[in-house]
Amino acid sequence: MTHMETRHHQPGELLHVDSLEKSFGGIRALQGLTFGVPAGAIKAVIGPNGAGKTTLFNLVTGILLPTRGTISLNGKTITGRRPQMIARLGVSRTFQNVLIFGRMTVLENVMVGRHMRSRASLLSAGLRLPWMRREEQEIRARATERLDFVGLADRAKERAGNLPLGEQKLLEVARALATEPKILLLDEPAGGLNTRETERLAELIRRIRGQGITVVLVEHDMNLVMDVSDDIVVISFGQKIAEGKPREIKKHPAVIEAYLGEEGGYANAEGRRA
Amino acid sequence: MNRQDTGIFLGVVVLLTAFPVAVSQVEAISHYLDVMIFVGIFSLITMGLSLLMGYAGQVSLGHAAFFGLGAYTSGILCVKLAVSPWLAMVSGALFTGAVAYAVGVPSLKLKGHYLAMATLGFGVIVTIVLNEEVEFTGGPSGLSDVPRLEILGVPIRGELEFYILVWSMVLLVLVFCLNVIHSRIGRALRSIHDSEVAADAMGVETARYKVMVFVLSAVLASLAGSLYAHYVRFLSPGSFDLLLSIKLVMMVVVGGMHSLWGALLGTWLLTFLGNEWLHVFKDFDILVYGAILLFVVMALPEGLVSVGPRLSHMWKRGRESEG
Repeated sequence: MTHMETRHHQPGELLHVDSLEKSFGGIRALQGLTFGVPAGAIKAVIGPNGAGKTTLFNLVTGILLPTRGTISLNGKTITGRRPQMIARLGVSRTFQNVLIFGRMTVLENVMVGRHMRSRASLLSAGLRLPWMRREEQEIRARATERLDFVGLADRAKERAGNLPLGEQKLLEVARALATEPKILLLDEPAGGLNTRETERLAELIRRIRGQGITVVLVEHDMNLVMDVSDDIVVISFGQKIAEGKPREIKKHPAVIEAYLGEEGGYANAEGRRA
Repeated sequence: MNRQDTGIFLGVVVLLTAFPVAVSQVEAISHYLDVMIFVGIFSLITMGLSLLMGYAGQVSLGHAAFFGLGAYTSGILCVKLAVSPWLAMVSGALFTGAVAYAVGVPSLKLKGHYLAMATLGFGVIVTIVLNEEVEFTGGPSGLSDVPRLEILGVPIRGELEFYILVWSMVLLVLVFCLNVIHSRIGRALRSIHDSEVAADAMGVETARYKVMVFVLSAVLASLAGSLYAHYVRFLSPGSFDLLLSIKLVMMVVVGGMHSLWGALLGTWLLTFLGNEWLHVFKDFDILVYGAILLFVVMALPEGLVSVGPRLSHMWKRGRESEG
């Protein structure tokens, strides 16, 4: 099942990537990747290191341009649009290497997430016109709600760069949620988290979906992936090798081979991690 | 403005009000009022530069040129075409803003410090034009007899009147800039400085905001230039060269890039050092000047404004260890 047949946008799919390909010089990071994410689903993208997962996110959010192929949101092509436009269309994300605004406060970080949902111009901001003040209060209120949602409300006034890694990751989620996305891409949200934090993260991901937001999850923590995802797509060396429900993926021979390169399967992978 | 800013602001207003009274009592420093007018004029430029450098993370080496464009637009329109000074000032600001936009758009689309390169070249070009276009600018021998500013038909003659005018403008611009910092625009600028990729992903139009703050800073420099033209009343190209651009950047760095108060403090200190306090060193003044800059940059990379918070931090820790 190495070469995927081209599928077109299915009804009920929010995000669809079709024959996506990305080369960096001679290296093909992604080739012929096709899959869809149904609206309201939690879909995981897994694969060994270097499989092209983060490249996929960078293509979907417009940070990178694909060499070939299309990405569509709600049936409309967004390939080649600038990151700001794609964000405006309802795609938000977190970053594997945590890109918070370190010198701003925690609350201000989330307030940046409200940027595109507010409109004050340079002039009205500089003159502090009454309607601009009302908008500013609105921004603050909405940002505080999101902080509360991820459980960081008591950290609002702290300098974001001073938070421990786990809380910085939650802050990225709150900031992304503040943009009111249709779809949220989480890039290794559990990396560096301890077991308890990861459990709370699973619960948070479900609550996000509960708000009607579609979630795409890139993650190495197999417990988390198997626990929260409705659907999993597995990529290896830039190609899709499997797609299906968590229990199908666990038993899939191609997945077992990609992860271990030997007999043994997911049970062994789990054993190694622990 | 937040509460802390408001407190400092009131303190600054009190100092500015007391200053002319204090210096008029002592004959030896009565000319400090004149120096303080220059501090005010340069502060208009450095506040804009502070927004650009400390908040948008871009360096300009061409702000003396924008200052010069404002000064010469005012000078030429008033001297050659007898335009009213205020109208000339607005024309200068619009013209300089348009020029800054043309310089900024291509260089700010690129990531990295291309703006510094572009503005460096731009500044050199402006100096050449000011020297060569003798018919309009008077060339190297300068443009003299720029008329005084008038308010409601009354010319502003005295130093005190000019001091009040300049510093009123500085305070208005300061409030404007502080308001901008504490708004979605200020947050957008700071977010660009911390992580441009993340700012993009939040829908912040990074290139647009960089251009916006660059144009704003150029317009402020132009206004400063017009004030300079009507105060000094004589313009020559040497007053708007690369050395001044570098000095302006140094003022912002010495005071503290990430704070508008730092820009004001740095402008005040370096202007007084350069115009007054280092004269005792005669020909060696430039060495002392350089040594001070070196010391500040090495010992206080966050600028002079970081001294206060640092001292209070040390004081608190000292008390804790005693208790």
